[in-house]
Amino acid sequence: MTTTIEDQMFMTESEELISGSEAVAIACALADVDVITAYPIRPYDTVMQYVSKLKADGAFDCDFIVAESEHSQFEIVKHASSVGARTFCGSSGVGWFYAFEAIAVTAGLRLPVVAMVGNRALDDPGAFGVEHNDAMAVRDLGWMLYWVATAQEALDMALMAWKIAEDSRAFLPFALSCDGSFLTHSQAIVNVPTQEQVRRFLPDYDRGRLQLHPDNPITVAPQVNEDWLMEIRRQSDEAMHRTPAVIKEVYEEFKQVFGRGDPSPFLEEYMTDDDPDIILMGMGTLSLPVRVAIRRMREQGKKVGFVRLKFFRPFATEEVQEALGNCKAVAVVDRDYSFGSPSFGGVLFNEVRSALYPLEKRPHVVNFIAGLGGREVRVRDVEEMVEITQKAIDTGKIDRECNWIGVRE
Amino acid sequence: MTTLQELPQVRGVKNIPLQEGFTSGHRTCQGCESALTMRLMIKAAGPRTIVVGSTGCMYVANTTYYSTPWVVPWMHTQLGSSGSAATGTAAGLASMMRKGKMKDEPINVIAFCGDGGGVDMGLAGISAALQHDEYNLLILCYDNESYANTDIQVSGSSPWGANSTFSPPGKVHRIMNRRWKKNTAPMLAAGHPSCRYVATACASYGLDFTNKVRRALTIGGPTFIHVIDPCPKGWDYDPKYSHELGMLAVETGLWVQYEIADGELILSGPSRAIGNGVRHRKPVREYLQRQGRFAHLTEEDLEFFQGRVDDSWEKWWIPGIVPFSPPAGDGA
Ligand SMILES: Cc1ncc(C[n+]2csc(CCOP(=O)(O)OP(=O)(O)O)c2C)c(N)n1
Ligand code: SF4
Ligand SMILES: [Mg+2]
Repeated sequence: MTTTIEDQMFMTESEELISGSEAVAIACALADVDVITAYPIRPYDTVMQYVSKLKADGAFDCDFIVAESEHSQFEIVKHASSVGARTFCGSSGVGWFYAFEAIAVTAGLRLPVVAMVGNRALDDPGAFGVEHNDAMAVRDLGWMLYWVATAQEALDMALMAWKIAEDSRAFLPFALSCDGSFLTHSQAIVNVPTQEQVRRFLPDYDRGRLQLHPDNPITVAPQVNEDWLMEIRRQSDEAMHRTPAVIKEVYEEFKQVFGRGDPSPFLEEYMTDDDPDIILMGMGTLSLPVRVAIRRMREQGKKVGFVRLKFFRPFATEEVQEALGNCKAVAVVDRDYSFGSPSFGGVLFNEVRSALYPLEKRPHVVNFIAGLGGREVRVRDVEEMVEITQKAIDTGKIDRECNWIGVRE
Repeated sequence: MTTLQELPQVRGVKNIPLQEGFTSGHRTCQGCESALTMRLMIKAAGPRTIVVGSTGCMYVANTTYYSTPWVVPWMHTQLGSSGSAATGTAAGLASMMRKGKMKDEPINVIAFCGDGGGVDMGLAGISAALQHDEYNLLILCYDNESYANTDIQVSGSSPWGANSTFSPPGKVHRIMNRRWKKNTAPMLAAGHPSCRYVATACASYGLDFTNKVRRALTIGGPTFIHVIDPCPKGWDYDPKYSHELGMLAVETGLWVQYEIADGELILSGPSRAIGNGVRHRKPVREYLQRQGRFAHLTEEDLEFFQGRVDDSWEKWWIPGIVPFSPPAGDGA
């Protein structure tokens, strides 16, 4: 962090060489978050180191609480959010799992907490590197789940996260998934907006008639049992149904105020305009080696493209169908595992395959498990994936649906 | 730090506020002393209070959808989360009031938990909450000496030998719960030197309890009160004796009532008379033999129990409170 940022207190737009974690910390200050809770675990905790420094230097006024466990970390922001405070916290790997009870009820209560997951393998055995299974575990609970690829995107999406989560049509928590090391610790040039710009974009959080306050003496989360639980689950389902519209709206507003963004908030497409035979699909920082590999293969005349899925929840079924429906085969790259699942494949693979099922003309869907525990996904790994997928096209059948790539046999 | 309410000490039972904050709509057992604790707690605190309650009888039996008994804003928190719930609520209010996002006014924050939620699962969270001097909050542990809501199982706060669904007396093992009840309030007071108020109480002494709640809410910073609550279902006695059993717990010297305010320990009610030597402790068996959960205790067991209680009054550094002795004088 350069001192200029703190000195100027985000008065002027600037370009900074910062990591993904630092970008999210700056977003917290820009969004004027009220309560932030921290607990150390690599790699997410760098964000809290930056937050605490911003606070110590007077660049950011927030209640910064170092909790005694991740469970308390998430419980504290949950309750702060219930009285109307804007909140942020986060974790990684087993820390995220330690907080799981609190994470589940935050979604159940429809509290718009924003959290950063610095994706990390679940110990044991001990490993710091990225795997997506930590964040993935909340996929059924009512959290929005976004996978970031660059530091700029981390800052931008964090700002949008509060706006989307705190929209009363949603009132759902938002997890910003950032690949450990590759994003949390890697520096890139980031355009940092001014406080004034952010204020124009992001209104105060208004909990409305759900705010817990003596002027509004409501009872939150009474015991409902079978009498009402199903109706309440249905409300969460309906809220999640409403999120794509909210996301699109917020994304367009963001583009207007800040002048950057992709055509779609849900997917990022790379070299797919000419309806390539093979489309690779993956999430997060994977896009870097994949793009390099695609460029190389294109030079050799192979028609290959890439679709990066940004929102895992809500899952943009129609957009995915449209983006993948015209190719001959899809190669889904999972940085996660789902032991014993259909075809023994990864989580993303089975979701994509199920999204494509209703199509009349379905592409082959081949799965690749790669980059677990932070292992690098190399250009030649991507080339191998494309070769295997090409074979499926040539022979008309898939030999093995799920292939582990770059693993010692 | 947010401002504090003015809640003067109440002189005489007749001056306890008439306004109710916990009314009809709950489904607790007949004679449930914990329900009375809730009622007195919120009477003492008044309407400008947010209450957060962790899972247990005082949630499940108390707070049914569409028939909430709470007149004040109330929210459920997880079984082990009373400390973090209080911290989060207070931090949210403090932050927004400081930044001008919310009207700056004194609002009491109370989080309650049972003995299972507080003495066992949530102990670390309560400990952390008591370190945050900048937040005004009260954590109240209502101790019915079991995981009552899940059908009466032993907790770390259950008495030695008590029958529960996880500690039933059997043909080979008569005593299944061999743990001695945790000494929770002194542990928290000793462990958190900057915490300004820790107290114990019992709803059988309603006025004393009311004033302790008010003390806790007006002294500033995080505070803790531990309340013993006779539970007719879990302790197995006729519901009409709840009040009497609460008194017996104190009169036998098993439950010691006191407050520790700004480092000063003051015994209250009968505990004070016992401590001063002006009143004798009643035999423990008078308390134990009134309850079905101790029906299997033998004469030997009763004597063992009495011995432990005697020790706590005769051998402990601070009788009934600090369970070790002062360092021996330099004998050399
Ligand atoms: C994490 C978790 N584990 C277990 C439970 C099941 N449970 C619900 S209420 C309860 C009993 C709590 O006991 P205590 O805190 O003493 O309150 P009481 O029921 O006695 O009033 C338990 C174990 C739960 N709700 N949450
Ligand atoms: S089981 Fe005990 S604590 Fe629970 S409602 Fe009944 S009397 Fe009260
Ligand atoms: Mg209990």
